Amino acid sequence: MSYVPHTERERSDMLAAVGVAQIEDLFADVPAAVRFPALKLPPPASEPEIMAEMHALAARNHLAEPALSFLGAGTYRHFRPAVIDHVLGRSEFYTSYTQYQPEVSQGMLQALFEYQSMICRLTGMEVTTASHYDGATALAEAVLLALNVGKRRKIILSPAVHPQYRAVVKTYLRGTNTAAIVGDEDVTNDLPRLTSMLDADTAVLVIQNPNFFGQCEPVEGLADAVHAAGALLVVVADPIALGLFRPPGAYGADVVVAEGQALGIPPSFGGPHLGIFASRMAHVRRLSGHLVGETVDVDGRRAYVLTLATREQHIRRAKATSNICTNSALCAVAAAVYLATIGNRGLRRVAELCFHRSHYAAAAIARLKGFAVPPRPFFKEFVVRCPAPVPEINAHLREHHGIIGGYDLGRDDPQLRNHMLVCVTEMNSRAGIDRLVAALDEVAR
Amino acid sequence: MTRDKVPTVYELSVPGRHGVDLPAPDVPLAELPAGELRADCGLPELSQLDAMRHYTALSLRNFGVDTGFYPLGSCTMKFNPKVNEVIARLPGFAEAHPLQDPESVPGNLALMFWLQQWLAEIGGFAAVSLQPAAGAHGEFTGLLMMRAYHQARGDTGRTRILIPDSAHGTNPASTTMAGFSSVELPSDKRGNIDLDAVRAACDDTCAGIMMTNPNTLGLFEEQIGEVVRLVHDCGGLVYGDGANLNAVAGIVRPGDLGVDVMHFNLHKTFSTPHGGGGPGSGPVGVSARLEDFLPGPIVARVSDGEAARYELAMPALSIGRVSTFCGNFGMFVRAYAYIRQHGAAGLRQNSEHAVLNANYLRVKLRDSFKVPYDRVNMHEFVCQGAVAETGVRALDVSKRLLDHGFHPPTNYFPLIVPEALMIEPTETEAKPTLDAFVAAIQAIAREARDEPALVKAAPHETPVRRVDEVKAARELILSDRTKITSD
Repeated sequence: MSYVPHTERERSDMLAAVGVAQIEDLFADVPAAVRFPALKLPPPASEPEIMAEMHALAARNHLAEPALSFLGAGTYRHFRPAVIDHVLGRSEFYTSYTQYQPEVSQGMLQALFEYQSMICRLTGMEVTTASHYDGATALAEAVLLALNVGKRRKIILSPAVHPQYRAVVKTYLRGTNTAAIVGDEDVTNDLPRLTSMLDADTAVLVIQNPNFFGQCEPVEGLADAVHAAGALLVVVADPIALGLFRPPGAYGADVVVAEGQALGIPPSFGGPHLGIFASRMAHVRRLSGHLVGETVDVDGRRAYVLTLATREQHIRRAKATSNICTNSALCAVAAAVYLATIGNRGLRRVAELCFHRSHYAAAAIARLKGFAVPPRPFFKEFVVRCPAPVPEINAHLREHHGIIGGYDLGRDDPQLRNHMLVCVTEMNSRAGIDRLVAALDEVAR
Repeated sequence: MTRDKVPTVYELSVPGRHGVDLPAPDVPLAELPAGELRADCGLPELSQLDAMRHYTALSLRNFGVDTGFYPLGSCTMKFNPKVNEVIARLPGFAEAHPLQDPESVPGNLALMFWLQQWLAEIGGFAAVSLQPAAGAHGEFTGLLMMRAYHQARGDTGRTRILIPDSAHGTNPASTTMAGFSSVELPSDKRGNIDLDAVRAACDDTCAGIMMTNPNTLGLFEEQIGEVVRLVHDCGGLVYGDGANLNAVAGIVRPGDLGVDVMHFNLHKTFSTPHGGGGPGSGPVGVSARLEDFLPGPIVARVSDGEAARYELAMPALSIGRVSTFCGNFGMFVRAYAYIRQHGAAGLRQNSEHAVLNANYLRVKLRDSFKVPYDRVNMHEFVCQGAVAETGVRALDVSKRLLDHGFHPPTNYFPLIVPEALMIEPTETEAKPTLDAFVAAIQAIAREARDEPALVKAAPHETPVRRVDEVKAARELILSDRTKITSD
C-alpha cells in the first residue's frame, strides 16, 4: 500500500519543472557506491492483507479476561471510559504537531492547560508540565532538577521505588560525573533509616508512596526532616491513590512525579505512557519540558501559549534545562479526558473500589495454607509470600485457569524469591478474586 | 476552525453531575485509614455529553495534518495511515501487560524482533534498541553509549562533541545532558559542514560528531565521506540525527556512510502520529562496535522456524534502561505495519517523492523568496521569508499563511539563515496541494508589497489572533484557578 498520490503525468510535469530527467537524478549528491541499496524487507502488503496479518499477530498473545488479571507493578488495568478514545480519535488532535503556532493550536493548548490544572489540584502542587515520556523519565528529570538546585551531589533513593525507575535514574546519571546514589542497595532500608542518611551534601530524598510493594509509607514529619537538611523531597505517586489519600503536596513534597497510564491509557505492552511531573512554583524556571500558560490575544481574548520557552532546547541549545522536545502530549489529553469524565467523586469511587477489593483479596489469600501476607497498610497492591516459586504458580494459573498472576518480586531481588506482588483494581470483581484464591489454594495442595 | 471561546472544564463544572457510573462494592468494606484521607480531589464534575462536546469544541480550534497542508520543516508531517490506528488498538496489542510471562506474548516479541531487524536493515546497522521514547531521547541514549564506549577502552579524555551550526537544538542540549561539551562547527558556502573546521577540531579530546544528513538546509553533505574519515581517524564516533531520514530511506543506508549510531523517529519517517507533541518513538541503531552498549531490554530470537521463540535480553555492556518496560510499543505496532505495507520499493518511492515535492516547491517559490542555497535539495529546503523595504518578516508570512488555510513552515531555523522558512512537504501531498501553497505564497508576497499592514497584523481568520507571549511569561498563569464548590 502506497500513500504517494502522484500520477505519472504529475510526476513528469514536476520533474520537468525541477529540470531533471528522472527522479533518480535528484540523488546525485549521494555517493554512488552506496546509493539505492537492495533492502531485504518483506514484499509490500495491501490494506486487507496487513489487517489480516496484524490480527493474526495480535491473536498470538495470551490475554486474560479483565477480571482475571492480577498483574500491576507499574502498569495498571483500570477502567477506561469510552469517551476517551473518541476524543483521541479526533484527528485535529492526534495529527497535529507541538503547539508552536498558538493561533491554530488552541484546542491542544487548552486541553493541556486543563490537564496541568487538574494534576496540580490532584497532587497538591503549584505547577505541572505538559508531560514527560513516562513516570521513570519524569523521576530522572526530577533528580537532575534537585542536583541543579542546590549544587549538591548525594541522592537518597528508597529501595521501595520501582526497580525500573531506579534503573532509569542511574542511566540518566551516567551523564553527570559527580552524583552518588545511596539507600537503594538494601531492600530493608526503611524511611527512618533513609532519613538518617540526610546530610549537608544531600540534594534529594526520593520515595514512592504507595511504594513499589503497594505499601503506604509513614510520611509524617518526613518533609520537615528533608527540608531541615536543605534537600528536596521527591515523591513518586499513584494518581489513582490520589483519589483517596492526602496528596504529596499536603505533606510537603517539593516535586511529585507519577506514571499517568492508569488515567485512561491502555497498557499497550508498556508504552506509550505518560510521565506526570508537578512541582512547587519556586522551581518553575528549572523545569524540563513544555508548559502551557494563559494569556490574551491582540483583541484581548483569552488564549493559551507555550511559555518559558527560554528553558528549552530550541532556544537555549547547550544551556537548556533538558533536551526534551516530543513528549507525551496525546497521553496527557487522554488523562485529562479521564479526569474530567470520571470526575471528582468518580475518582474517589475508583480508589475506594481498589482499596476494598484488594483488601478482600489479601485477607482471603492470607487464610490459604502456605501463603502469607505481611500486615502492612496498602492501597491496591500487596506482597504475598508463596509456598512455591512464582513462575511455577503463574504458569499454573495461566494454563489451568486463564488467570494472569502477580509480579515475581524475585526477578529484581533474590531475597524476595517466592514473593508475589498482587494487584487488585476496580476491574477485578469479587467473582474474579474468588477464582484466583481457589486457584492458589490448588497450588498449595 | 471555530472562533467561539470555549469554557474550561472547571468553568463547565456543576457539582452533582457525573460522567461515568462505577460498580457498587461487591466485597465487605475494609476500614479506610481516617487520618490519611483527603476531603476532595479538586476535579471538575461534568456529564458525559458535556465532556464530549467540550473536547469536540476544542478539536475545532486545532490544526492537524488531516485538516490541511503542514509543511513543517524537519518534522515530516506526512499522512498517518488510518489502518495503523485500528491495528494499534487491537486488544492483543493494546491490552497486553509488559510484565506478562514472555511465553504468553509471542506476538508482541516477534513484532519487536522484526521491527529491530527491519530498522537495522533500513539504516545499515548491526543492531537496534527500541527503548528510547522520542528523537531527543534517542540522541541522549546514543551519546551515553558513545561515552560508555570510550570509557570501556580507557579512553577517558574525550569530552567534546562536534556539532554543526545548522543542527537541531536537541543536539547540543542532549550533549550537555550526556556530560559532554559541544564544539560548534561552521557551515561552508555551499551549506556543507566546513571541512577545515572539522579537521581542526578532530583530536584526542573529540568523542565524536553529531550530524544530520541531509542537514537542516535540506542538503546532502557533499563531503560526508571525508567528514566521517576525519572523525574516525582521530578516534571519534559519528552520531547521525535521524530526523531527516525521510529523505533517504531506501536511497542510502546511514550505516553504509560510516554512521556509528543513529536514532530513528518513528513519528516522522514511519508515519506514527505526532499526537500534538508525542508520544513518539526514537529507536537507536548502531554499528558493531557499539552493539554491546545498547540500552535494553532488546528482543533476541532463541530458536528459528515456525516455532520461533523470542526473549528479552540485556546487552553485555548495556548503558541500562532509558525508559520503563520495552519503550513505546504502541508506536512499534504502527511502524511495523507501515514498513510491511511499503516494502523496500515503497520506502524508496516515499523518499523519492518527498524529495521531488520539496524540489518542486523550491523552484516554484524561489521567485517569491530568496533560496540562499539554491541547488538540488533533499526532502526540505530553506528560503528567506522577509520582503525587502516593507518590514514584512518571515514571522508575518507564516502568520498570513494561516489565513490562507496552511500551516506555516518551521521559521527562524536553521539559525544560520536569517528570516528562515524551512519547508518540508512530504511525499503524501499531491501536486494540486503544492500548487495551491505556491499560489498562497505568491499572493502573500504581493500583499506584502501592496498592503504590508495586512500581513504584519496577520492572522485574521484564526480562532485567536497573535497572542501576548510576554504577558504569559510574566504572569505565569499555569493552571485554572476557577473555584469549584467542592474546593
